[in-house]
Amino acid sequence: MTSNHPKNSAEGYAERVLQGDRRALTRLISWAENGDGRFPGALAALYPSLGRAWRVGITGPPGAGKSTLVNELALAMRREDLEVGILAVDPSSPFTGGALLGDRIRMEELTGDQHVYIRSMASRKSHGGMARAGVDACDVMDAFGMERILIETVGVGQAEYDVMGACDTVVVVMCPGAGDGVQAMKAGILEVADVLVVNKSDLAGAERLADDLSEAVHTRAIRSDEWSGEVGSSWTVPVVLASAGKAQGVDEVLKAITSHRAMLDSRGPNGLEDARRKKRVAQVRRVIDEELDARVWNTDELGARVENALAAGSTAYGIASEVVDDLLRGAAFGMRSKES
Amino acid sequence: MSDRKIRVLIAKPGLDGHDRGAKTVATVLRDAGMEVIYTGLHQTPEMIAEAALQEDVDVVGLSILSGAHMSLFPRIREALKARDMGDVLLTGGGIIPEDDMAALEADGFSKLFGPGTRTTDIVAWIEGAVKERWAREEA
Ligand SMILES: Nc1nc2c(ncn2[C@@H]2O[C@H](COP(=O)(O)OP(=O)(O)OP(=O)(O)O)[C@@H](O)[C@H]2O)c(=O)[nH]1
Ligand SMILES: [Mg+2]
Repeated sequence: MTSNHPKNSAEGYAERVLQGDRRALTRLISWAENGDGRFPGALAALYPSLGRAWRVGITGPPGAGKSTLVNELALAMRREDLEVGILAVDPSSPFTGGALLGDRIRMEELTGDQHVYIRSMASRKSHGGMARAGVDACDVMDAFGMERILIETVGVGQAEYDVMGACDTVVVVMCPGAGDGVQAMKAGILEVADVLVVNKSDLAGAERLADDLSEAVHTRAIRSDEWSGEVGSSWTVPVVLASAGKAQGVDEVLKAITSHRAMLDSRGPNGLEDARRKKRVAQVRRVIDEELDARVWNTDELGARVENALAAGSTAYGIASEVVDDLLRGAAFGMRSKES
Repeated sequence: MSDRKIRVLIAKPGLDGHDRGAKTVATVLRDAGMEVIYTGLHQTPEMIAEAALQEDVDVVGLSILSGAHMSLFPRIREALKARDMGDVLLTGGGIIPEDDMAALEADGFSKLFGPGTRTTDIVAWIEGAVKERWAREEA
């Protein structure tokens, strides 16, 4: 195929991704991570090809078996001949900025499969379980032709809300010994889950935990029916027992994910389309926040103005509202347009 | 591109059973601010090169104690080249004769460290070589 674009340009890379070039896929994800100025242009060229992949988030406390389950789910998807992308996020050290990314160890048998792509990603400065470039990485994989994307979050034990913004279906993995049903409710885990998996069903306490969670899910479903006034309007989160380590219950997990997808599909434009649009809006908002932050604070002028105002006795609220008023009026201090 | 981090893949090829050395190096590099992808034991050259591609790493670090370096290093380099990643830095440690070291380092993208190497030397070599690599990319 001939191309009008130089090989190393944003458009050239995007074209190669659309043609199934893995070197270009992997490079574009790095551009996204590094904030490379070429990434937005490349993504723009990929945008028309997005939307085919089903994005499944796998979250839950450390050591619950997320990576092991991702490995098993990917193997099951490969048996259906699907193209699978995996994004595995681990935490960065807030002190050194370094990271040890170890999720791949559990996915070794997938490494040789040309229909699977695994990318480890450090969370860098993001909190909430995802990396800032997580959605971008999924977009690139989606455009590349992945039909399923599995996203393993950091795993901090608390609800990782960012994963909801990146995924169509969120699977929360729990296991006996990593907290009981009440703790799960406290941590807000039920609110993020579309599917709950109690992993390590081979261990004592798994059934008990599954019962706890089922009860909590049931209570929650009744409550949301009361709010919406429509009986049965809400999706009742299934609780699935599995042992990823022994490759048991994996098909049931996959079935629960498929049912969740079918539920969204059955709602027509109020289902998947609506959900995805809302998530994009939230992403845009996040990007605007980041860009504002970067542009507003990229000189010392604003900092100096704040210090002077404080010295003159102004309060944080007073200074902030003055500064924001000035910014919105387009006052030039501290604010630099991208070109300059 | 101030956000760019050095990415390193640590792999343990061959049949050697323990990986304490690899884990130590992985931790040292992490503490030096690098992003270290750890792949575990018994990797074949093809698996190592494939993981290097998927992770888009700058450096592949091998822990070799089995004496198989003279066949492993070139095989991994070939597998990297086949993936358009021939300029990825390749490094490793172990008891390796001087002549072998010189032969393996001849391509300019490789470096071997003998027993007793200080970890600060490894970090310094990686940082220097990766800077050159990034500069070549920009050119
Ligand atoms: N008994 C038992 N152990 C399991 C099962 N699944 C995973 N494990 C073990 O649990 C440990 C953690 O598994 P991982 O898959 O790495 O867990 P994770 O949630 O990805 O961990 P982090 O990414 O570190 O948060 C490993 O030692 C696994 O072998 C299971 O079904 N039963
Ligand atoms: Mg994991």
